[in-house]
Amino acid sequence: MELLARLRSGDEQAFIILVRRHHAAMLRLAATFVPSFAVAEEVVQDTWLGVLRGISAFQGRSSVKTWLFRILVNRARTAGVRERRAVTLGEEPAVDPARFDQAGQWASPPQHWAEDADDRMQAAKVADRIRSAIEDLPPRQRRVVTLRDLEGLGSAEVCSILQISAANQRVLLHRGRSRLRQLIETEFGRI
Amino acid sequence: MQVNLRPRSRDLACQQAVELVTDYLEDALSHPARRRFETHLAGCPHCTEYLAQMRATIKLTGQLTPADLSPRMQEELIALYRRWKDEPRTE
Repeated sequence: MELLARLRSGDEQAFIILVRRHHAAMLRLAATFVPSFAVAEEVVQDTWLGVLRGISAFQGRSSVKTWLFRILVNRARTAGVRERRAVTLGEEPAVDPARFDQAGQWASPPQHWAEDADDRMQAAKVADRIRSAIEDLPPRQRRVVTLRDLEGLGSAEVCSILQISAANQRVLLHRGRSRLRQLIETEFGRI
Repeated sequence: MQVNLRPRSRDLACQQAVELVTDYLEDALSHPARRRFETHLAGCPHCTEYLAQMRATIKLTGQLTPADLSPRMQEELIALYRRWKDEPRTE
């Protein structure tokens, strides 16, 4: 709240702090709604302007982050390709069915992951791959995974920001995380 | 000691268990479903490993650091802020 009070009173430094804290995340989220990075940048700039104009109306009922992201999603939806509401979620198994036997038991079970916490090269490589794997997730999974696991928001906040049901949020999170696990396993699991 | 790993019909198959991992971590399973899941884990080292991998995946994702703001973008935003400050207020 302190930061917002400073912002309301016209403190430019407070704005810079807020921008530094949230801009990159907002850009990432915007990019899941619009066709190009340039449009995402426009949407985020437009959001900041909306934030400044609406600053006196902010009640503090949600966190600043949730408030920012909600404004962003509203604008991104307007700028982006209209999505059908209530998209049906098709089947998407967490694990390749070929890895189970007919009884549904593991035929090709997951191997224990080597702990390479000390290996910085390895850690940097994994981080790079996860980053690009997140980029490759379908947009709705990417939004949820980014907000939950990268930004560390809670499920209620994410549902409120994206205007989706708790059940849909869980399905999207499950699929996104399952894909990421699969990728890490494929690339780094058998060290 | 002989451990019987063959599933009884009421038990979860591994293929079903992996689909419940997120609901489990989100605490969204009903009480009986949670118990069934945990019973399965207790007898299945592979699904236990799978759960550990999902937790590791979440942790690795959480460790990513967001990209820094480019100087150009920062300049643009400061300019935007100054424009806003100069806007007439209706209060």
